[in-house]
Amino acid sequence: MPLAAETRRRVIRLEEINDAFSREVIKAGGEKLYVCFQCGTCTASCPIFKFDESYNPRLIIRSAVLGLMDRILNNDMLWLCAACYSCTERCPRGVRPAEVIRAIRNIAAEKGYIHEFFKTQADTIINYGRIWEEEEFVNEMREDMGLPPVPSVNREEVKKILEYTKVKKILASGEGED
Amino acid sequence: MKYAYFPGCVTPLRENSYELSARRVLEKLGVELVELEGANCCGFFLDAVDHLSSIVLAARNLCLAEDIGCHIITLCPTCSGHFTRVKAELSENPKLMNDVNRVLSSVNRRFIGSSEVKHIARVLVEDVGVEAIKKTVTKPLTRLRVAPHYGCHIMKPSTEIRFDSPENPRLLDSLIEATGVKCVNYMEKRMCCGAPVMGVDLKLSIEVVREKLRSIKKEKADAIVTICPFCHTQFDLNQSRIEEEYGETYEIPVLHYTQLLGLAQGYEPDDLGLYENRVMVDDLLSLI
Repeated sequence: MPLAAETRRRVIRLEEINDAFSREVIKAGGEKLYVCFQCGTCTASCPIFKFDESYNPRLIIRSAVLGLMDRILNNDMLWLCAACYSCTERCPRGVRPAEVIRAIRNIAAEKGYIHEFFKTQADTIINYGRIWEEEEFVNEMREDMGLPPVPSVNREEVKKILEYTKVKKILASGEGED
Repeated sequence: MKYAYFPGCVTPLRENSYELSARRVLEKLGVELVELEGANCCGFFLDAVDHLSSIVLAARNLCLAEDIGCHIITLCPTCSGHFTRVKAELSENPKLMNDVNRVLSSVNRRFIGSSEVKHIARVLVEDVGVEAIKKTVTKPLTRLRVAPHYGCHIMKPSTEIRFDSPENPRLLDSLIEATGVKCVNYMEKRMCCGAPVMGVDLKLSIEVVREKLRSIKKEKADAIVTICPFCHTQFDLNQSRIEEEYGETYEIPVLHYTQLLGLAQGYEPDDLGLYENRVMVDDLLSLI
């Protein structure tokens, strides 16, 4: 990163700080957010950071503490967490960074910043009850192996219970976003 | 011993040899499976989008098992892990439990929390027992050296899962050793396989598993043994992609643990779907 851009990234301007956002993260599942003392054990344990330093859980947590909403919500990096729970496992403060990041993703999705892959996957789950549609060749393969056909999902029940949560509204608000 | 078999998504739609081999070895061990009619995705994959939706989907699956009075067995550690965490969250949060049951009442269901959930490795260790597994081994595979891949959700987060030790895992090693096979240690044994980011950044996902493959190759393991259908796909399906893209050679067969145990129990490769594996297993089979 060129020096000027790096400096701009490091300097936090008062107008960027949104206290309500921190509280929102805490409410959405990041209860222990404020006890983070920035030791960096999460980042040191992260298999994704090891290969792509743009994904930095310590930075995400710090940004959430400071309420730097715009820096994290509209950022593809947020969707790189593998949910391996290595950070949650090792965090000496019990912040549970994987769960905090999950909470931030939920907020991002609700505000229309859902990643395309997660949107497509969620649509498939709503419509078919699984992460992939059942295809005929799979049943042919299963029959050859002596397995029963892929067990059917009760799609009507799945659709019905998801009417009562926010997921369909969230996916609709994500329409038109990248 | 009887369990409700929760199929999940990846196994029935992409890793049928896992289901086939699991059914075979469980039969030999006297574990009976009851089908869970109408089950849906465990819910984990909606967690990133809407936490409550992921809980509701999990709770519906758990209700199906409660209806038939069975505990659940899964082949996928992500499914069992998600169910276990959802059960813990609901038991600690009566308001959430009420909300979830209000939703479930729309389909005439009510979640109580009476069914336990176990991954197959956990059933094998805790309910069947390593000694009982050894007794079913008729053909010890003493010439093989394999690299165990534990995956993440089988143990983490340990506050809820409470199985084995994420920092120093041992139990898959003990299950493998029950078949007469020797386990090799390798540098990246504890690391994630990278599969979960496949859909977001394929190149990154491949780099993670490539690092694991490199460290496994260094120890000259004859095979990799997995207990997660998605980890299996990552190692098995993407291995040739890595070989092509990076000009490297691995050719390390990837076996579901149940395939390895099945071989040791005297099943034929065809009975275990071994020829469905993408990395060829012929050289491996010549060693047994």
